[in-house]
Amino acid sequence: MAPKLPPQPPLQHNTTAVADGQSHGHAAPPKGILRWLLTTNHKEIGSLYLIFSLTMFFIGGIFALVVRAELFQPGLQLVEPEFFNQMTTMHGLIMVFAAVMPAFTGLANWMIPLQIGAPDMALPRLNNFSFWLLPVSFTLLLSTLLMPGGGPNFGWTFYAPLSTNFAPPSTTFFILALHIAGISSILGAINIIATILNMRAPGMRLMDMPLFVWTWLITAFLLIAVMPVLAGVITMMLMDINFGTSFFDAAGGGDPVLFQHLFWFFGHPEVYIMILPAFGIVSAIIPTFARKPLFGYASMVYATAAIALLSFLVWAHHMFIVGLPLVAELFFMYSTMLIAVPTGVKVFNWVTTLFRGSISFESPMLFALAFVVLFTIGGFSGLMLAIAPADFQYHDTYFVVAHFHYVLVPGAIFAIMAGVYYWLPKWTGHYPNEKLAQWHFWFSIIGVNLTFFPMHFAGLAGMPRRIPDYALQFADFNLLSSIGAFFFGASQLLFVLGVILCVRGGKKAPAKAWEGAEDLEWTVPSPAPLHTFETPPVFHRTSH
Amino acid sequence: MRSRWWLMAVSLAASGSQAQTNGWNMPVGVTDVSSDIYGLHMTIFWICVVIGLVVFGAMFYSLFRYRHSKGAKAAHFHEHTSVEVLWTAIPILILVGMAVPATATLKNMYDSSDAELDVMITGQQWRWRYEYLGEDVAFTSNMSTPRTQISGEETRGEHYLLEVDEPLVLPINRKVRFLMTSDDVIHSWWVPDLAVKQDTIPGFINENWVKINEPGIYRGQCAELCGIDHGFMPVVVRAVEEEEFDSWLAERKEAAEQEAMGVDREWAMDELVERGESVYQSICSSCHQAEGQGSPPAFPALANNEQLINDVDWHLDKVVNGVSGAAMPAFRSTLNPVEIAAVVTYTRNAWGNDTGDVVQPSAVAELIAQ
Repeated sequence: MAPKLPPQPPLQHNTTAVADGQSHGHAAPPKGILRWLLTTNHKEIGSLYLIFSLTMFFIGGIFALVVRAELFQPGLQLVEPEFFNQMTTMHGLIMVFAAVMPAFTGLANWMIPLQIGAPDMALPRLNNFSFWLLPVSFTLLLSTLLMPGGGPNFGWTFYAPLSTNFAPPSTTFFILALHIAGISSILGAINIIATILNMRAPGMRLMDMPLFVWTWLITAFLLIAVMPVLAGVITMMLMDINFGTSFFDAAGGGDPVLFQHLFWFFGHPEVYIMILPAFGIVSAIIPTFARKPLFGYASMVYATAAIALLSFLVWAHHMFIVGLPLVAELFFMYSTMLIAVPTGVKVFNWVTTLFRGSISFESPMLFALAFVVLFTIGGFSGLMLAIAPADFQYHDTYFVVAHFHYVLVPGAIFAIMAGVYYWLPKWTGHYPNEKLAQWHFWFSIIGVNLTFFPMHFAGLAGMPRRIPDYALQFADFNLLSSIGAFFFGASQLLFVLGVILCVRGGKKAPAKAWEGAEDLEWTVPSPAPLHTFETPPVFHRTSH
Repeated sequence: MRSRWWLMAVSLAASGSQAQTNGWNMPVGVTDVSSDIYGLHMTIFWICVVIGLVVFGAMFYSLFRYRHSKGAKAAHFHEHTSVEVLWTAIPILILVGMAVPATATLKNMYDSSDAELDVMITGQQWRWRYEYLGEDVAFTSNMSTPRTQISGEETRGEHYLLEVDEPLVLPINRKVRFLMTSDDVIHSWWVPDLAVKQDTIPGFINENWVKINEPGIYRGQCAELCGIDHGFMPVVVRAVEEEEFDSWLAERKEAAEQEAMGVDREWAMDELVERGESVYQSICSSCHQAEGQGSPPAFPALANNEQLINDVDWHLDKVVNGVSGAAMPAFRSTLNPVEIAAVVTYTRNAWGNDTGDVVQPSAVAELIAQ
């Protein structure tokens, strides 16, 4: 569902345009599907990204539920191992590249121009292209499931040589799909950097920007740095599969471990790409509902930058058991442990912001608070995983699955939902139904913990990842996880319902929809008209 | 529930295993390294618990104490340099405190010198091959849980999915060095009670080692996604007293010599078919299926396979040398000539492939020697 756009006054702005004798004004947009195909408006493209992401969230979720249904009890009941592997792989790929990343890009599209007082993104046509690459990419990726030999079945990390010499024929299409998604990300990142660096309201210095803008600026640099590495590694796979090279084939003098180095040099910054914008959203919401400025704005910026820099130095902690030399093992253990420091600074900042505030618990705040607690739990298990000797036991078990789902589901995804509830009044002009949102929150909290908490125990007790069937001692944990997963999945329908209802109507929201909200987006009317800040606003320095 | 725990305790005691597993936490294991790792795990866990209590305590106190609905008025303070320095410095100190013992343990784990026994572990889709280096003893270890248990036609046994036809036998109190590699994709050899998890990578040889303190049976699984049957690739280690190990090894050596001599004699078809069937079921059936029906396109059917039936040399060549670019590995070094001859003879005479062909071990040995 598209957020209902405000009654469209196409001529309102044109009057001034015509007055200075130019025709740069906004002609009436084409009708129907063409309007969405051709739009260059950051708000419309933002909505497209968010709707795409939500759709993919449900597709990836259904794949996860196939996995959880098979794991409901020991034995093979529903699917064959071959299809099971395709489901785990597709779940990971879709959630990472098609749900979480586009959701953040969608929020960036909507909110960055509004938060820095810019009329649109710096490169609107590129913006349109970046978005429309995504449906192409993921239609192609999903279509591999119907090809002979099935879709990708080697895990979302697609380690060679399982993903090259031993892969299904559809792997070439998987590579093409990932290339297209990667181009989309790079173009989106370029656009975001260009917008933030060039189009801030007069008087707004970098250190005046809202944290969501800051975290996205840093994220965009990460994207530009690592997406080409991904493109490189999948191109090497393509060559190995189709053109007789042996980059990763030991029989031809290649090196399977090289694949993992390259993949994780992309992959570790990638996981921060999925969490840094979440930090930005939470750093906006907590001060709003605590009615108190963020405790350490500058240290939040520095901590984000520190995390981003460190993310390039820790990749081999995903490879502690591949047989690295001792010095490498030690280096990556220390650098990984170091990440706990700036991450801790962030958590301490949020908690200190709450201290002596005046706190209310509307749905965005509930999701943001749950983020702080549950992301921190994911951080703790991350710290445990950093201890290399202990990682020899944790590695590739459900303990790892529990860890990264804690930072991604109640981490990244809760932050996205918090952001959606926070900004829906700005997008639609209506408050979301608070009762419904609260139900959604409590069901999600129960579901997410019931799904992922038992996985810690299953992993410690010795259950490896990515197995379609398991020994009997893991049965109780898996039963709970599966029940939790279906409960969590079903409760996300409340989210969709809430968004649809909010688009269609509800309590009218004023320009400043939340009492404690400070940033520039709250100075434009709710719903935000299609074109905002055509005249740059005057930026007044607040209390950062 | 109680009686189940009690039964488990008894059966553990009966098998002589001291593995302290409670089913919720990492096992302490049966080596010095495994208990060091358990110690690190619990230390970092309790550090996290304490930090969590402090941080969440402060957070929930604030949430409760400073509620807008109770008329709380917001303060407006922000930034405080000494607080910020403090909450950067204290975590660094805690981390250094944690890094010191972790480094020591890691150094110890990396020291595989002075081993008394070398075992080569080779991962293959989807079984393990163990070779006692310098002893001429080698065998493959396959999951022995019947497919009927997986499909639920039969009740699942106590060690469902974690049982094999031939476990790796190791002596206690001796340092055993593992040399690990793979014939196809990356696998990972893992036994929680031994705290050994190491990737086996084609083209690489990784080293690891173990010195087991307690006799017993220790079970684990492949930990790295390696294809369809990744979930059905268990590891079982049987740790025995030193003398028992020595006599076991001597016995296996003698059997291996016997088998080697069998290469030269003429085998009868019945003998080969019987031997071949057991080889087929343990090695081939995971891909080509129990009745030779295969699962195309990845794994072709063998039953009524025209090319196979018409061309015995082609058939033998595929088994000995594998099929490049496909999942079929070369068995020239993992199966002995008797086993290869037996399994080829069997597949040429099973499921309606009534060729009547007999392939002799001597012919296979000649082919391999070329």
